[in-house]
Amino acid sequence: MLKRLVTSREILLVGAIVLLLMLISSRFPGFIAPANLANVFNDTSPLILLAIGQMIVILTKCIDLSVAANLALTGMVVSMVNVAAPGLPIVFILVIAIGLGTLLGMINGILVWKLAIPPIVVTLGTMTIFRGIIFVISDGKWVNSHEMSPAFKAFPRADILGLPVLGWIAILAVIIFSVVMTRTTLGRAFYAAGGNPHAATYAGINVGKTQFWAFTISGALAGLTGYLWVSRFAVSYVDIAGGFELDVVAACVIGGVSIMGGIGTVAGALLGALFLGIIKNALPVVDISPFWQLAISGGAIIVAVALNAQANREKGRIILKRAEQAS
Amino acid sequence: MSTTDRVIPDRLRSPFEQRLKSWETLLLFVAIGIFVANSFASPYFLNAWNLSDATFNFTEKAMIAFAMALLIISGEIDLSVASIIALASTAMGAAVQMGVGTPGLVLTGLGVGLICGAFNGVLVTRLGLPSIVVTIGTMSLFRGISYIVLGDQAFRGYPASFSWFGQGYVWWVISFEFVLFAVIALIYAVLLHKTNFGRAVYAIGNNATGAMFSGIRVQRVRFILFLLTGLMSGVAAICLTARLGSTRPSIATGWELEIVTMVVLGGVSILGGSGTIVGVVIAAFVMGLVTFGLGLLNVPGIVMSIVIGALLIGVIALPRLWAMWRAG
Repeated sequence: MLKRLVTSREILLVGAIVLLLMLISSRFPGFIAPANLANVFNDTSPLILLAIGQMIVILTKCIDLSVAANLALTGMVVSMVNVAAPGLPIVFILVIAIGLGTLLGMINGILVWKLAIPPIVVTLGTMTIFRGIIFVISDGKWVNSHEMSPAFKAFPRADILGLPVLGWIAILAVIIFSVVMTRTTLGRAFYAAGGNPHAATYAGINVGKTQFWAFTISGALAGLTGYLWVSRFAVSYVDIAGGFELDVVAACVIGGVSIMGGIGTVAGALLGALFLGIIKNALPVVDISPFWQLAISGGAIIVAVALNAQANREKGRIILKRAEQAS
Repeated sequence: MSTTDRVIPDRLRSPFEQRLKSWETLLLFVAIGIFVANSFASPYFLNAWNLSDATFNFTEKAMIAFAMALLIISGEIDLSVASIIALASTAMGAAVQMGVGTPGLVLTGLGVGLICGAFNGVLVTRLGLPSIVVTIGTMSLFRGISYIVLGDQAFRGYPASFSWFGQGYVWWVISFEFVLFAVIALIYAVLLHKTNFGRAVYAIGNNATGAMFSGIRVQRVRFILFLLTGLMSGVAAICLTARLGSTRPSIATGWELEIVTMVVLGGVSILGGSGTIVGVVIAAFVMGLVTFGLGLLNVPGIVMSIVIGALLIGVIALPRLWAMWRAG
């Protein structure tokens, strides 16, 4: 029953995406050409990567508002490393990016786990601290395209079978985390910790520690995305990906992840991100000012969360309604 | 190590002792400490006009912080306040272009604030949605509408009589904004600490179900709190717009964070159920003095945000670390 509901929601979302694509292509057939769709997917990949991490965090009843700042800080650090040591192989850059992102995620996780500070306070705080640190280490300066080494910029753009590496990394992350979430003890622990923390505790799951791992994964993905972001756009400065954390939360909520924890899938996060990504890429095509984008993602969050709540209500409160009628 | 156990003491501490050891007293000493440190750090600090200027750093934010304090005490949160400022300011700018006078502008600002607050309130109380997600959504939505209206443009040309709300002085160095801040603080202190409504807010924050069974109209109180927060955002929008004299869609970006920080720094529990207006008032002064002091020392704004972020986490973390350390 529950499983059917979850799968049907994802099918609903697939339907909405197909409808959206048909609507756009009825006026601009070029939009659904395979090359353009690959382009749209590639462009949405950073959002997909962060949405997967955010989905896991939200599953455990937490929220991570520091992902975009983490991305920007890691991006700045790796681009400064690249400027200082242009010959450093990309493998090391990737290790630094993922390592630093993981560390920043762990800071959030420790504060939530050991000090039991509400996640929203922790991540609002670290969000500003991370941004501030970027300013301090970069002195407010930009790292521009000509300062980055060619290899540094080439990695996410390298083309494999018509899709750049950036897109392939997103696909890889979707596969890995689908397996982790459904086939490992840790994956099930995320669901248990958010679905019913008390029951999870009695089942021998350390809820705080599980939340710590969720923040760590979210941080690692944000760090990885940080390198991919600065190398793809070939620029790094304090405000890159400003406000992107809201898009990430929006993608999750649209993808049917319940903000109350315990409900959500990797596929949902992927579809939610794709939905937003298609809208973002379609706006200039259908000649709507990009200034609409913020309001559209805001509206989408509200509609999606209202629909989610409605679906949950129908499921859980039937008995209550009868009881009310009887009295 | 059991941090969750609640021990009921045999004998309560005397009221005087309780007051002496309270968060507010500690905060007051911090404020005095920062004041003294600032006056040593910069020769320009102890100057009536400079100090008067410093109050503008927190008066507008604090007006919203009072309403936010009540909202957080009741267990909800509103992250859309800064976006409400942007939307209300944009609406006032549009009204100026249509030739609306100062009274009309004030009504526009307050009206937009109320409508935005009501919108949040309906979504939270009627549809039963979690306030954090709703207001993250409306945070994008409200500011998004400002961007749709303004794009990369700006509204200017506010009448001189309107500017008085942000730039006027009531007497000597006492600005209109500061007087308004004091009056609003007093109103909220009475509302929270001396009325049935205030008791209901605490009751809901501690146990919403229990409050409902004791006859409090929980959803109505919550709705009013969202309305009040929207209204105060409208008031702040009037002051800020009048002070700056122009409206861009990026106005007041990031203020929601500073306002929540101010409330939490003031000793309001982010989990709901406890906190005082006095605490928020002192916290407003602390944040204003820190920002102003660092500004005098030529510290850039974004570095100050590190201090603000660290303050937010620090004020919650330190008491817990202290408790853990004492427990061994």
